[in-house]
Parts: sequence; C-alpha cells; structure tokens
Amino acid sequence: MADTLNKDEYRGIWVFAEQRRGQFHNVTFELLGKARELAEPLKCEVSAVLVGNGIEAKAPELIAAGADRVYVVDNPKLEHFNDELYANVVADLAKQFKPEIILAGATAVGRAFLPRVSIQVNAGLTADCTAFELDMEQRNLLQIRPAFGGSLMAKIMTPERRPQMSTVRYKVFKAIPADASRKGEIVKPSIKADCFNARSEFLEFIQEVEATINIAEADVIVSGGRGMGSGDNFKLISDLARAIGGAVGASRAAVDSGWIKYSHQVGQTGKTVSPKLYIACGISGAVQHLAGMQSSDTIVAINKDPEAPIFGVAKYGIVGDLFQIVPALTERIKKG
Amino acid sequence: MNYFLSEEEEMIVETSRELALKKIKPVREHYDAEGIFPWDIVKEMSDAGLMGLYIPQEYGGMAPEGKRGIMSMVLCVEELSKICGGISLAMAASALGTFPMLIGGTDAQKKKYLPDIASGKKLAAFGLTEANAGSDAGSMRTTAVKKGDKYILNGTKQWITNGSMAETYTVFAMTDKSKGTRGCSCFIVEKGTPGFSFGKKENKMGIRASATTELIFQDCEVPAENLMGGKEGLGFIHAVGTLNMSRPGVASQALGIAAGALDEAVAYTRQREQFGTKISSFQAVQHMLANMAVEVEAARGLVYNVARMVDAGAADFAKESAMAKYYASEVAMRTTTNAVQIFGGYGYMKEYPVEKMMRDAKITQIYEGTSQIQLNEIAAKLIKESAKKK
Amino acid sequence: MKIVVCIKQVPDTTNIKIDPETGTLKRESAGTVMNPFDMYAVEEGLRIKEKMGGTVTVITMGPAMAKEMLKSTIGMGVDEAVLLSDRLLAGSDTWATSYALAKACEKAGYDIILFGKQAVDGDTAQVGPSTAQYLNIPSLTWVKKVREISDRDITVERMMEDGVDVVKSSLPVALTVVKEINEPRLESLKGKMRAKKYDPPIWTLADINGDPNMVGVKNSPTRVAKSWNAVREAGKAEMIDGPDAAAKADVLFSRLKGLGIIK
Repeated sequence: MADTLNKDEYRGIWVFAEQRRGQFHNVTFELLGKARELAEPLKCEVSAVLVGNGIEAKAPELIAAGADRVYVVDNPKLEHFNDELYANVVADLAKQFKPEIILAGATAVGRAFLPRVSIQVNAGLTADCTAFELDMEQRNLLQIRPAFGGSLMAKIMTPERRPQMSTVRYKVFKAIPADASRKGEIVKPSIKADCFNARSEFLEFIQEVEATINIAEADVIVSGGRGMGSGDNFKLISDLARAIGGAVGASRAAVDSGWIKYSHQVGQTGKTVSPKLYIACGISGAVQHLAGMQSSDTIVAINKDPEAPIFGVAKYGIVGDLFQIVPALTERIKKG
Repeated sequence: MNYFLSEEEEMIVETSRELALKKIKPVREHYDAEGIFPWDIVKEMSDAGLMGLYIPQEYGGMAPEGKRGIMSMVLCVEELSKICGGISLAMAASALGTFPMLIGGTDAQKKKYLPDIASGKKLAAFGLTEANAGSDAGSMRTTAVKKGDKYILNGTKQWITNGSMAETYTVFAMTDKSKGTRGCSCFIVEKGTPGFSFGKKENKMGIRASATTELIFQDCEVPAENLMGGKEGLGFIHAVGTLNMSRPGVASQALGIAAGALDEAVAYTRQREQFGTKISSFQAVQHMLANMAVEVEAARGLVYNVARMVDAGAADFAKESAMAKYYASEVAMRTTTNAVQIFGGYGYMKEYPVEKMMRDAKITQIYEGTSQIQLNEIAAKLIKESAKKK
Repeated sequence: MKIVVCIKQVPDTTNIKIDPETGTLKRESAGTVMNPFDMYAVEEGLRIKEKMGGTVTVITMGPAMAKEMLKSTIGMGVDEAVLLSDRLLAGSDTWATSYALAKACEKAGYDIILFGKQAVDGDTAQVGPSTAQYLNIPSLTWVKKVREISDRDITVERMMEDGVDVVKSSLPVALTVVKEINEPRLESLKGKMRAKKYDPPIWTLADINGDPNMVGVKNSPTRVAKSWNAVREAGKAEMIDGPDAAAKADVLFSRLKGLGIIK
C-alpha cells in the first residue's frame, strides 16, 4: 500500500478551527499557539481550516491567534457538525494543498471526523496527544500520548506517510495572546461538489443543563466516591464545589450506586480531566479512577483510610471523616 | 464442600451469583430501607432465565428432564439470599404460588398459566393463611360457593407474600365446610377479577423488599374452570403437597442468609484491628467463625440432599423437608446473630449488612410453618415410622 | 436487520495493581475482559434486534484467547461471535485494524455496525469512524440514545461536550456508543448453556478477502517509537493533621491559597 510518497511535497501545519454555533472551542487557540512553536524549526507556515456556515467573519480571530493563512469553507450544508461532510471537506483540502501536519482538538468533534479524514488521505492518526517533539532529520512529528488511561505513555510517529495527523488534548498547550495587528491571508478554496453529499443530517441541538458543570473543562473539580454513602450526601460535595467555584465529579462506585449521574463520572470509563485543583472525597483511588484524574495540577485527598491509594497521587492528604472535613472546608472557603 | 454439582447446576449458581453481586448488592440497602418491591431486579431474574427453574420444559420452564427442578431452585435462592433474603423471595414466593398448579393443576390450567410464570412475565402468590388459620389450616373461613359456571369467593387471606405484585394467585377456600379439611379447594384467581382486592402492605421487621398484603374477596366470581384440578375437596392435599415441596426453598433462603452473614463476618475479622492486631487472630473469634461455618455447611448438606430427594421423585419427603427447613432457619438466626456480634457496635448499625441479615433471618423460623410446627411434623413422622416397624 | 458489533479484549484495569515502589501498573496482575464500553454496544445491538428482528453478529480481532470473551456475548444472547485472527494482522494500528474490521463486516453483512466509544487500553476512539469510512457509510459517534429506528433510517442522540446533537442517518450506519445508552444485561442461563457448546468461527485475512499490504505492523502508518510507564510522584502527599476538622480545613485552605488556586 505504502507507495513511495514524496514527503517533500507536504509542507505547512494545519489547525482545524473547531467552532460550534459560531463559537470557537478554546483548543483551537491552544493549537495555533503550539503550531507556531513547531513552525519555527520546520520553517513553515501555520494555516487554520475554518469550516461552517456564515463563519468567514471569524477568520481574523484565527490570524490574530497565530495563523498565517485561513482556509475558509463556508457552506449552508456545514452549518452544523456533520462527520461525513467535515471529513470530506478537510480531506479534499488536504489532497489539494498537502500539509505536513494536521492538528485538531481531541474533542467530541475532532475525534469523530478526523479518523475518517485519515482513511481518505491514507495517513496515520494519533489520538489525544499531550506533547510533541520533532525529529528534524526526517521531519517527523513525534506525537506523545497517554494510553491505558494515563499510566502508559507512548511516542508515536508516522515515518512514511503524510500528512501527520493528531487530535490533541485541550488545556495542555498555551494559546499565544491575540494580536489583532498580525497579518494573514484568507483563502476560499473550491471543494469538489460531491464532498457535500451526506447520508446523515443534523436535526437539533439540546443544550444540557449538565453542560454548566462540564467537568472536562472545569478548573476545579470536587469529587465524591463510595465513602459518600448516599446520593443525598452529595450535597456536601456540591456545596463545596459551589463555594470554590468548581464542578462536581464522582467515582464509578458512586455512579454505579445511582447516587449521581454518569455525566459526572471521572475515570477510565468516565471522563478524563486535568483541572488545576482536584479534591477527592471518600474516593479510595482505584486505578480506573486515577487514570482519569492523575494529571490534575494539584490533588487533594480526603479519606478515612490512611492506606487509600488516592493519597499516592495527592499533593495534600487529610485522613478523617469527610462528613466533618468537607463542610468545615466549605465554611472556611466561604469565610475567605 | 464439593457437592458434585452438574455442569448445568454450576451454571445456575454462576448466573445467580453474578446477578446477586452486580444487580442486587448495590440496591439491597435501598430496597430494605424504603420497603419497595424490586421490580427491576425481578426483570433481571426473568431475563436471566431464573424464574422458571422448577417448571417443566414443556410449559416453558427449565426444570431438568425428568426432575422437579427443586435443586435448581434451591441453588438459585441460596445465591440470591446470600446477598438479599428479601429480594430473593420474589422468586421463591412465586414458586410457592405455582406449586399447587404443578401438583394438582389440569393440563389446560398448566398450559394457560405456567409459561408466563416461567418467563417471569407474571409472578404467582400462594393464598392459604388467614388471621385465624395459620398452621391450623382446618379452621379456614374463606368460602367458595358454586353458582352456575362460577364460584363465589368470600373471605380474607393474610400475610400473602407477593400480594398485589403477583398476577396469578392460588387461593384456598372451603367449598364444603361440613367435610373439614376434605371440604377445602384451591382456585386460580387472576389479579383484576371483580371482587378481588388487596389490603394494606405490611410494615415488616425484615424481608422488607418483599410485598406482604391481605387478599380480600368480596363476592369474587371465579370461573369454575379455575378450580384446581377440576375437582372439589383436593385443596388440603394441594396445600400440604405445596408446603412439603416449598420447604427446601425456604430452607435455601435461610441457608443463603446464613452463608452471606458468614462471608461478611470472616471478611470483617480480617480487616478489623483491635489491640494492635486483626481480630481474626483472636481464638474467641476464630471459634465463633468455625462454629458458624460448620453449621452452615451442615445445613447446606441437609438442604441439598432433600432437594435431590424431591427431584428424584421420592413419594414422601415431609419429614426430611421439615428437617431441612427447621435446621437451616435455626442456623440462619444463630449465624446472623453471631455475625452481628463479631461486627460489634458496627454490626448494630444499618450501614453494615449484617444488621439487615439478622432481621431477614427471623422470618425463616416463622413462615411456611414455624420451627415448632416443623418439630411437630418431624416427631409425628418419627413416631408413626416407629409404630409401623412393629 | 443485520447487526454487527465490533468488540475488543483489553486488560482488566479494575483489578490491576499498582507497584508501590515505582507507582506503575503491574499489568501482569490483570486478567483480560471485554472492553467495558463494548458491553454497551453488544447490549444495544441486542435491543435493536429485539425491536427490529434480525441477527446480531459480534466480531473481535485478536488472538485465540479472545474466544472466551466471544462466548460471553453468546451468553448475553448474540447469534454469532466471530474471531478475526491472523498472524498477518499482528501489530496493526487503528488505520489497519479498521481496514480489517471493515472487510470482516462486509463478509458478515450489515445494516448497523456498533462499537464502544473507545477501548480503555488504547483510548483512541478511532476504529469506529475509520471502519465506517472504509465502508463508505456514515458514522455517528458518542451515541447516548437511539431515538427511532426503521428499516431505512435511524435517529440518535449524540453526547457532545456542550450538549446533545440529535442526528438522523440512513442505513447502513456505524454507531459508537457511550455508557449512558443502556444497562448491559447479564448472561442468561439459557445463553450460558449455548455458550458452553459454542465454538466461535475463526476468520483469517484470506477469509475476509483482505489485502495483506493493508495490515500488520509493516503497513500501519503510525509506529510506536517508544513507550514508557508514566512516572507518578507516589507517596509524596503532605498529610494535613489537626485537632479537629475545622483546624484541618484551615491548614488546607491556606495551602491552596498559597498556591494561588483559591483566591
């Protein structure tokens, strides 16, 4: 399959500019920041790919954030995310312009359509990367990613195919400050008509109340586990979360016991989170939970069992009765 | 102990254990505290194929070829009861309500009712006990009077397990009071029959996930075709036969509760520290555990053997089934009480499962014939057997 | 309706132990299980069958030891469970694995193909959409509910970060499902009895008419250059003590404030 491919034909770093209802996902800016950094040794340009309907006016924001060029594909059929159409369009662009690297956020959108692109352009795709290195000799992007829920790290490369494609975890890289004076080019390439044929169609979007506590994006998460004892006791967790301005998380044990909804679950079979502060209350720290939160900046563990594995990943630990400590902490924070 | 279970029996144990651990354990405390009937678990038991273990395959059940399936039922009830003796009862009580049909029903009656019970689509319940007629079934007051092609039922049944939850009831009533127990007949009464209603749900000490209500019959018209076996006066025979057959079931419920408490107690002693060491290292505790284990195993041996005896087609097993029920229920009470003792103060708290196990165990010494009635039965048979020898 | 469910065998992380010295996973301590998310895919396949009729075929790609996992799906009630196994497939990345699964789905025949949202060992979530692309059918990821289904189309709810997208697609289609979609059933007694006697058919690359140049480590676009255990600074927690809960809370508060986490 791997026909000899002239890798030198492929130049430039692309960032997929993810937007939902006209709002950019923050990861877009983080990726532009990282792309600029990678572009320096590679001596290449950074382009953003903006796909949607009536979104051309958003292109300058991407230039301000670091793009040298923005490919805009504006089409009523792209109003809402559609796996087939987004994949077809990005694959068509990649075939036309041959970028060396394509980065997209490891979001619900990015992880849904980029795999389809990788098949269409016959290239490899690495999921959920958290760091990059460069092998300048071969111009290979070394994509570093956690596997096994974060307990195993792997360095992946795509030595013989181009483009090199990654979805990238958010809140890992830093955006560069927006600079409205930056200059860049806005390009509106033509896309093959049959790229707009889809067999699936978007019907509606339902804003979830739960979205206000989207744990994947929260800076602070207060989580409760088996030690909470009941669903009613989760009020202690939400009280603390509210006082501290954070979201409510939970371990699988708490979710499986029906004390709290699955959307709150942190861990291998729930969400992977990396907030600035993670407070684990009554969570022993099974591997499946640790996998989902151990990359948090600061971890606080409150547990009655001094031997609980959670203390192994914590920066601060309190051994004791969470039913006393959690309310006391809530009070203390309220006092300021 | 190795009981040399067949491959099929091993699968019953495995299926039941998995269901108990994955589905019942997380919710048993909730159902006990709230006293709610566990419909979602009943659905799980049905989907797993456990509701028809004792029903012949020709009627949609899974009883092994040529056997009554009592051993299958016993293994299942034991495993479920290790985790919750209240929830397991939904299945065991349905069996109790079905036995009169298995014993005395016509082929048409079996064909009509058994498949839905076997699939778990419908639960059954057994309506014998009255306020003034418990073990003394002869003083039953509920009556059934034939009128055309119907029987008119009047009276009230008390403490009926699965009451109001079941769709199919096997109800005992006097068709001819002058004949005493020979004037008793059994009827199949469907929920929703006009004149058939339920009393309040009882607030019980234990087995709180199980529904216990009165069955009230006020000029309730039951089609004559629902007379069990199509013949009047067989009710007492059906009732006695049912109780003999169901006693291994109650015994296995008691056995399960005891075994579950033993498991909890052993695990706890290996975790709890006092005086700087695990309490499992104390001889006083070790002897308690050892005694509990011996009794549980002895109960298991007795229960399994009686179940196999019934399955093998024994004609008379009244004494043996009374022995199994008596012994297992006494062991359940002692074992759970000792388990609470081993847990100490924690054992008295509702946060720990042994408190509930002790409450659940008590009923096994009472219902389907108290321990004292079982002893009467055993003694009566002993004396009769001795008299026969001469 | 022909329903295919693609599942994967993964190390059992619920029982995995951590090496207290190094803070790394003792992977030899874990057995293997069906990828937890795949259980939901199997369940959903069975539910669709109950509604629409048809057959459910499970396919896994892996070594012979995956047969036990396949048998457990028979216990749950699937009709057939196939092992796709060939030395030529060893070391395939998601690009190559998807190719092989797509060919296997072609052999099995399909109206709906179900996947768990991702496997917990690789965590890539790429095989579902990639397989769909090879087959040139739509893929709907992160499905939390099947709203409607007919012989021609399906309407689903997808869990996005900000809420739920409701999407309709014609059949055939590939879905990847999240945990919220259902509660997987246990193996039934009848199912277990069938599973006991069931010997999963084995398909080789030749059986699925697969191109050897599309699979295996050699033909996979991505290469693992290096892998290592993530080092965790184990056992370095500062244990906060105090005479009572309020005192402990006070110390923690000042620590967090010192780090600038709490304003």
